[in-house]
Amino acid sequence: MVTLTLPRNSRVNRGKAWNQPVRAKGDWKEFQIYRWSPDDTENPRVDSYWVDKNDCGPMVLDALIKIKAEVDATLTFRRSCREGICGSCAMNIDGTNTLACLKSIDEVKGPIKIYPLPHMKVVKDLVPDMTNFYAQHQSVEPWLKTSTPTPPKEWKQSKPDREKLDGLYECILCACCSTSCPSYWWNQDRYLGPAVLLQAYRWVIDSRDEATGERLDNLEDPFRLYRCHTILNCAKACPKGLNPAKAIAELKKLMVERRV
Amino acid sequence: MADSKVVDPRPLSPHLQIYRPLINMVMSIVHRITGVALYFGTLLLAWWLVAAAQGPKYFQFVSDVFGSLPGKVVLFGYTWALMHHMFGGIRHLIWDTGRGFDLTTVDRMSWASIVASVLSTALIWFAAYGLR
Repeated sequence: MVTLTLPRNSRVNRGKAWNQPVRAKGDWKEFQIYRWSPDDTENPRVDSYWVDKNDCGPMVLDALIKIKAEVDATLTFRRSCREGICGSCAMNIDGTNTLACLKSIDEVKGPIKIYPLPHMKVVKDLVPDMTNFYAQHQSVEPWLKTSTPTPPKEWKQSKPDREKLDGLYECILCACCSTSCPSYWWNQDRYLGPAVLLQAYRWVIDSRDEATGERLDNLEDPFRLYRCHTILNCAKACPKGLNPAKAIAELKKLMVERRV
Repeated sequence: MADSKVVDPRPLSPHLQIYRPLINMVMSIVHRITGVALYFGTLLLAWWLVAAAQGPKYFQFVSDVFGSLPGKVVLFGYTWALMHHMFGGIRHLIWDTGRGFDLTTVDRMSWASIVASVLSTALIWFAAYGLR
């Protein structure tokens, strides 16, 4: 359902300034970060932190780790690989979704605003609840489905058929795209969203998969697939440079092709 | 049990409030808004046709309403909404064929349809008033 405003318990208040630098020495950058803790009954707030760029790595994630280590140990966020392959540190930085480890601090002019992935239930601070997202991924059965007997060695695939998976298999399921999509914001209970539809397409066009018809049947639904209105925020958000909107368009084309 | 309400204490993270208004996103919502506006604009057209069937007196009255300054403003807006929605529709038609998805093309098509909708609206009104 379309809701333009936030529920009462989700309105964001102004928080506190932590370590406002008094000395002019150093190259200080302000970070305005969304905070919410399940341990009290307070509304979410935005706290300010400062980091000396001369004493910090180049990426937003470097700054977050530095803040957690030196200023405020309660600041909570997900991170793991710090090189754009695990997808853990997906968050909204400077108004768009991306990975904190791939976003350079110098890319942003002025204070850097950091929020959790949009329109998600917040577990704590920058950590959203991903349960629904993962359940949706499971619903498209993202594994090889076959009915012919398993070959003794391997399921073979020609090089051109393998190339069809390029631009799809690189997805790391960080959910930057899905949570950038207004359609997903309003209908995430029924619309699968760009990330999961890209995964669905990845299995639909896999030459080794033998459940193509069944997979398309599962997507033939006014909500699961057709809530995509080609807004294209997904393609702009993807930190891996993939294009979920294009994958969804191909799915819609396949739906038509199998009918005519 | 019947009275107990499960309240989810978890807040919803901000969305529209904080997301940067990208051109593609703005164009999408404007396409929706102009689509709704066309319903009302088409009602005006129907009203005009019904008035023509009613007889010369009523037709003159409706024509005067449309000819007044507020009437012209509404018709001008209707023209632009129609043009914007049409060029948006062409964009969607291109996307439906699986083309035009790379990000530079997306932005170019957005700006092109804004320019085209303004120009064609101006052209239509010039043809209506300037060429008399």
